[in-house]
Parts: sequence; structure tokens; C-alpha cells
Amino acid sequence: MKKVFVALVSLVLIVTLFSGLGLAKEKLYIPVISKGFQHQFWQAVKLGAEQAAKDYNVEITFEGPESESQVDKQINMLQTALSKNPDALCFAALDSKAAIPLLEEAKAKNIPVVGFDSGVDSDIPVTTAATDNVAAAAYAADKMAELIGYEGEVAVIVHDQTSRTGIDRRDGFVNRIKEKYPKIKIVDIQYGGGDHLKSTDLAKTIIQAHPNLKGFFGANEGSAVGVINAVTELNMIGKIVVIGYDSGKLQLNAIRSGLMAGAITQNPVGIGYKAVEAAVKAINGEELPEVIDTGFYWYDINSIDSSVIKPLLYE
Amino acid sequence: MNNKVVKTKNEVIQKRSLLRSDSKQKLLTFSSLIVMFIVFSLASPNFATFNNIVGILLSTAVNGVLAVGVTFVIITAGIDLSVGTVMTFASVMTGVFIAFWNLPIIFGILGGLAAGALCGFINGSLIAKMKLPPFIATLGMLMMTKGLSLVISGTKPIYFLETPVFRKISMGTVFGIPNAVLIFFAAAIIANFILTKTVLGRYTYALGSNEEAARLSGINVDAWKIAIYTLGGLFSGLAGVMMASRLNSAQPALGQGYELEAIAAAVIGGTSLSGGEGTILGTVIGAFIMSVLINGLRILSIPQEWQTVIIGAIVIMAVYADIIRRRQR
Repeated sequence: MKKVFVALVSLVLIVTLFSGLGLAKEKLYIPVISKGFQHQFWQAVKLGAEQAAKDYNVEITFEGPESESQVDKQINMLQTALSKNPDALCFAALDSKAAIPLLEEAKAKNIPVVGFDSGVDSDIPVTTAATDNVAAAAYAADKMAELIGYEGEVAVIVHDQTSRTGIDRRDGFVNRIKEKYPKIKIVDIQYGGGDHLKSTDLAKTIIQAHPNLKGFFGANEGSAVGVINAVTELNMIGKIVVIGYDSGKLQLNAIRSGLMAGAITQNPVGIGYKAVEAAVKAINGEELPEVIDTGFYWYDINSIDSSVIKPLLYE
Repeated sequence: MNNKVVKTKNEVIQKRSLLRSDSKQKLLTFSSLIVMFIVFSLASPNFATFNNIVGILLSTAVNGVLAVGVTFVIITAGIDLSVGTVMTFASVMTGVFIAFWNLPIIFGILGGLAAGALCGFINGSLIAKMKLPPFIATLGMLMMTKGLSLVISGTKPIYFLETPVFRKISMGTVFGIPNAVLIFFAAAIIANFILTKTVLGRYTYALGSNEEAARLSGINVDAWKIAIYTLGGLFSGLAGVMMASRLNSAQPALGQGYELEAIAAAVIGGTSLSGGEGTILGTVIGAFIMSVLINGLRILSIPQEWQTVIIGAIVIMAVYADIIRRRQR
């Protein structure tokens, strides 16, 4: 028993020692609190944030809850970050309203808050670094129209109907089709929670229910992978135009093999980079625009390995 | 093999009276907590600040209440996997009462508590009357409450923006300490009283030590089992109300995963998964070990992936320490 106790204590001590090495002395400290962590998209955001930290010689930490439902975990992370008296804070809120009291605390302490990705629904952040998802999804709609010949049936799978990105991408795509392409009909919009398996089942059902389906749009990585799986399992490759969003190995493979016509990619590395950069500028008292558009790109089999696109994609 | 199990259970019964004087385990876990606290304080000036300690207390409160509730069930040699989603269900029901139906806040609180207790009652009935294994019965309840929370809320968070007083339940303060923390401590004290001073508490240990012996000695095992699961559900309901108040919203997608953290806290605190052993104080310390560790590692800017590894290692070591202790007796 004593041994175990000693082991426990020494573990904690070792951990402390290690972290002591990492603790910066005089650098500015900016915690980055994202909406997720292990998902490839967030790892790419993290990469960008770390790059900016290096370029501007500041210290960052990057944290996010394991799933996008863990609002309270994110609040705890935010609270701990504030305890460290940071110089600025980058934050992508899961639920802006739940975070307001802590953000007000940050404001009272004169800690500038920079929103990123879906940002923070409040006037506290000095700026927000994000993709214009409405414009990006509308662009996907234009591409879809072009590829199916401006008429026919189209279906959509979205990750959810509650998050900002889900709503924006759905509305961006659907509204563009309705406004500009009267001969295209959206036959179904379903929500798969970004879950590969669930989205696959949904996509299969939709394809079977609509035999004349000409195009399918998956509004995030999980949804797009679902559509890819469904099209493969039902032997419909080449018969349905598939358009995806973000990247990930499965989507990239599908584009390379010709199963998927193309996809929209955000600039996750740029989101992370711009967020930390904006935080540094805010600390220095520089003027910042209300929104920093981090841009989006269309990529397909021809451009997937180009020097512009390649750095934005993740496996 | 069977003989051995019976033997250890009998031993446990014999030693039950000694259990409360046996404070070795508690001392061990408590000193681990203190050592952690000292180490983190030395390592970072930002750890032992008033604000951060309040932050730790606050992040322990909801999980702590869940862990206290599940401790009762684990002592009976049962398990409750539904505590996290029952908590969510209770917070959604609180939202329905207050934000949808505009009832006074007190009805929202009582409604949340009742929803939790009802789920516990159903769990208990499934296990005691229909003889479902606790693992299965509460797994079913986990899924049902998870789904119902989404159905009832329309998959959207329910906000308490019209009733700013509601937020005070968790976030009002007394001398700078948030109410949620005080509620947690009060709940733990009451739970401790129930477990050590009442018939319900005595039978909780009796069921876990040897259910058959309890039945033969004339205890209405089924009824008490239902009562214990209902009590566990009531604590989940309380956690739900606290969570809703803390977030100023009922978050219907939240909850899964909390059951494992609650069970881990109870086990770190010396509650035996084979039943018959465990204390509320132990569980409270266990819950604090988890949250101090998470907070401290975050304060020290340990990468997140390593935080998880370290916490996993601590859980294993804590349970191993418990096994060693048992062998020594």
C-alpha cells in the first residue's frame, strides 16, 4: 500500500516537473478553447494556432471538450483558463449563452476575447475569425447545379439543425438552389449528427426513396462520408453527383477515385492562426474588424494536390 | 470459485462493523488529495487562488452529487449507468416546467427532483420485481432518458432567460462560495446521515454484503432495493436542477459519460463494486481527487491528451490500493 501511495505521489511530482519545463516565463499567454479536440478539423485549427504562437512568440494552450454536447466541460475549461490570468483568450462557444457570465468576467478583467469558428454570440469578443459558411455552402450549390445540368432532384445531409455551422450550411445551400435554380428540387434534408454510421444509413434510405436522385450534398465531414458509404454500398457510383465539405482521408480518397465530384474546404489552419494573431493584436491595442473571414475553397480531383489546396486539407 | 465469493462476502459482513473505524483507506485517499494540492500549489501560483479553488469546487458540485447518489446503489452491489442521462432528463423537465409552462421556479425544482426519483423508482422496480440485471435495466434507462430529453426539448437547449432568479440556485453566492457547492455539501451530509444512521442505510450495506442472508432474516429486499434506486435517482434529479441552473439552460444532448465519472469517483473513494463497502466521505474525496487533478493539470498547461492518460492511471492505482488493503486484512 505504501508503494502504491509513493507511486501516486511520484507520478504527480513527475508530471509537475515536466510541466515546469514547459512553463513560459515572460511570454504572453493565450489559452485557446475550441469546440472539440480529437477531431481532425480541430487538430488542424490547433496546428494553425501553434504556428501563430511561434511566429508571434507567445505561449498558447489548446483545449476542447470531447464531444460538442459537453457544454459544462467547456465552461470548466474556460473558468480554469481565466484562473491563469491570461493576456487574451480565444474561444469557440458551444453555447454562447451559458458562457456569458465568464466572458463578462474576462471583460471586467480587461482580457480581450477573440471568437473563432462558430464564435461567440455576444458583443464581448473583439473580433471573430471564421468561415463564411453561408457563402461556402451557396458556392457548393452553384457547383452542384453546374454538375447535374441545372435540373433534377437533390438531397442534403447536415450534421445538426441546432449549431450555427449546421444552420448556415443548410440555409446557404438550400436558399441558393431555390433562388437561382428553379428546375432543381431538394427532395430531402436529414440530420446525422456528423456520425459516419448514422449518416450512412440516412443517405441509403434517401437514395432508395428517391431513385431519380441526381445529386447529394454532405454538409460536414461525417455527413459527406455517410453519403460516400451509401453510394458505394448501393453501387450508385457515377450515377449520383456527390459534393462534400471539409476533408479527412475518406473524402480525399473518394475525390481521388472520382466517386465524389468535389468538396468545400474551410481553412482550419487559417482559423487557428488568425484567431491567435487577432488575440496578439488585441493585446497590443490594434484596431480589429468585427469579422475576420478566413476563407473557403472548392477542390476536386484536379486541384486536390495543388499548392493552394493541399496545405488546407487534413487526413 | 463460488466458495471463495461466499467466503469473502461473509468476511465482509463480519468486518462491516469494523468498517467505519477502518479509516486507513480514507486517510490514504485524503492524503493523496492534500499532496496533490500542495504539489500543484508549488508548481503554479495560479492554482491556490480563491477564484481557482471556487472553480474546482464548482466543477465538483454536480459530479459530486451524482457520485453520492450512485454510491448507495454500488454499495448494494448494483450499478446505475443512467445517472448522467437521468440528470439531463431532470434538467429538461425543470426547463419544461419553468420555461415552457411558466410555473413558479419551486415547481420546476420539485419537478426536476421528481423526474429523477421517478426514473430511479423505475430502475429499482425493473431490478427488484422483474429481476433484470442492474447493468441492463439502467442501460435501458440511460438510452430512454437520453432519447426522451431530446424529444421533449425538441433537440434544442431550453433557456431560463425569463427567470433570472433560477440561476441563483447554483450561482448565487454566500461569502463568495457558489450555492451549488453548498448544496453539494448539504446533500453529502444528508446522504451520510441516511447511510450511517437510518434503517435504509443499514439495509443498503446488508443488501450488498449478502442479499440472500438479508432476505432470510426477514428484510423486504425488493422494497428496500426500490427505495435505494429511487434515492439514487433523486440525487440525479438534484444534479439536473443544479446543472440547469449553472448553465442557465437545460442542455438535452449532455449527460452520457457522466455515469462513468461518478462511478470512478465512488470507486476511488473506496466503494467496492462487489458491494457492501463504501462511505459518502470517501466518495466526496474521490470526486475532489478527480476534479483537483483535472484542474491542476490544466493550470499547468499539460496537453489535453496526456491529462486523460494520467487520470486513467490514477483510477487504476486507486483501485489497486484498495485491493492491496483488502488483502492485508
